[in-house]
Amino acid sequence: MKLNKFKEYFMQGVFFLAACVSILAVAIICYFLFEGGLPAILKIGPLKFLGGQVWRPNNDMYGIFPMIVGSLYVTAGALLFGVPIGILTSVFMAMYCPKVLYRPLKTAIELLAGIPSVVYGFFGLVVLVPAIRSIGRTLGLGGNGNSILTASLLLGMMILPTIIGVTESAIRAVPSYYYEGALALGATHERAIFRTVLPAAKSGVVAGVVLGVGRAIGETMAVIMVAGNQPRLPNGLLRGIRTLTANIVLEMGYATDLHREALIATGVVLFVFILLINVSVSLLNRRDKNA
Amino acid sequence: MLKKYKGHPGSLVVMLLVVGAALITFTVLLFLVAYVLIKGVPHLRPSLFSLYYTSENVSLMPALINTVLMTLLSLVIAVPIGVFSAIFLVEYAKKGNRFIGLIRLTTETLTGIPSIIYGLFGMLFFVTTCGFGFSLLAGALTLAIMILPLVMKTTEEALKSVPDSFREGSFGLGAGKLRTVFKVVLPSAIPGILAGIILATGRIVGETAALIYTAGTVAKVPTSVMESGRTLAVHMYNLSSEGLHMDQAYATAVVLLALVLGINTLSGFVAKKLTKV
Repeated sequence: MKLNKFKEYFMQGVFFLAACVSILAVAIICYFLFEGGLPAILKIGPLKFLGGQVWRPNNDMYGIFPMIVGSLYVTAGALLFGVPIGILTSVFMAMYCPKVLYRPLKTAIELLAGIPSVVYGFFGLVVLVPAIRSIGRTLGLGGNGNSILTASLLLGMMILPTIIGVTESAIRAVPSYYYEGALALGATHERAIFRTVLPAAKSGVVAGVVLGVGRAIGETMAVIMVAGNQPRLPNGLLRGIRTLTANIVLEMGYATDLHREALIATGVVLFVFILLINVSVSLLNRRDKNA
Repeated sequence: MLKKYKGHPGSLVVMLLVVGAALITFTVLLFLVAYVLIKGVPHLRPSLFSLYYTSENVSLMPALINTVLMTLLSLVIAVPIGVFSAIFLVEYAKKGNRFIGLIRLTTETLTGIPSIIYGLFGMLFFVTTCGFGFSLLAGALTLAIMILPLVMKTTEEALKSVPDSFREGSFGLGAGKLRTVFKVVLPSAIPGILAGIILATGRIVGETAALIYTAGTVAKVPTSVMESGRTLAVHMYNLSSEGLHMDQAYATAVVLLALVLGINTLSGFVAKKLTKV
């Protein structure tokens, strides 16, 4: 009997410890990233690091401003393509889709979410890059296909499943009498959806978009394969660009000393961006629950 | 069908936009999968599956074996921790506890962290500080942290969906808490947990950024967990960034896509089983 009681307490302790692992993980991730990156930021100078426009590790010049701009450009581009198509597709899935088609289409969207980013990147490399290159040539705009536009298109594809998934469940969570009431007042199907249902689902839609932003800004491999990766401020949509994520992967292999620390510091900047996005998502969710 | 839009041109336009957007989404997916398959399948030669990688045959077999090893190792680390912490959250913790809030906050944070940050952390902590070097173990530990929130979340949902009457019945027959959890609650939650594990497998198979600087890129099967080895996704990245073996890269993409498709179908199948019960 006593042994049993001991076993109960022991296992309860084990469960408790397991639950602590995720807290511990976040703590050591924060600690090691900041410990690895902050000294470099201080050594280079925060303003010079964040605002410097030249990244030339050989000459000890570490300005990541072009990369910050690069990450923001491709993310904004991805939203431009991904958000309208994503939201409209989720409206289709929730309000238009014939019953027979629903299962296969839902599976297709899940597959879209499951495709590894290298495969997306490869697709971008062999299909989108040549296509954009020839469009650029025929229009006389130049560029070799590795560009902001290509990366934005590809990322737009990649954030679709995130946006569709979250938005669709937000639309489905709106009580059906919103829609029925609008119809009863003489609205068409479309008017009912876009004037009553979608506004009611607004916070869910926004959460989906913000999650999409998180995915786009953190994406690495696909972007590296299509964006050209030149660490300078771009002067056109068809010019290449380097993102924060790409900077880390491209140079970490051979970097030493301050260069290496500067790359870790690049990761810190990215991490802070992501934390801000996370916080805003959880704030959105909380407000949703209170309302 | 178009008759009901008579006198509502605006609604007609909106309807066309909605259908058009859906068409774009599904055409893009279909095009991507079809393109990779059509271009890749003809390049699937037996030499691609020979046991040893040389620059001659560019075999993907070692990478495939590494992927299986990496998946198993990461799951062995992450699944017990994930399942146990879900048990704590659902069965033991008191509701509204501050500590629970902290766990939720940290798991949400872990979910949002991009894989390159995991890779960076894994390199700093497991590779350098712990001294594992570029190794299977460092890669698997990094991935284990990455999939932990996924395993926790799905297990939690599965445990919550077990009706309370099961627990009450078990207590009524005189079983203790621990016995109730392991003999009654956990067995009925298994399909849900399994579906989560399969999803996690999908993430591991497709992962690249978190592995390049933790597990390294050596193209052979390691003899111990302390040696470096590239998984299929890393292999694929190396091939396409070198640009020398595009045919093999197409073929590798086919294998990777087939793996992901298989994993997706399996998880759907398991989930369907779950809803039937």
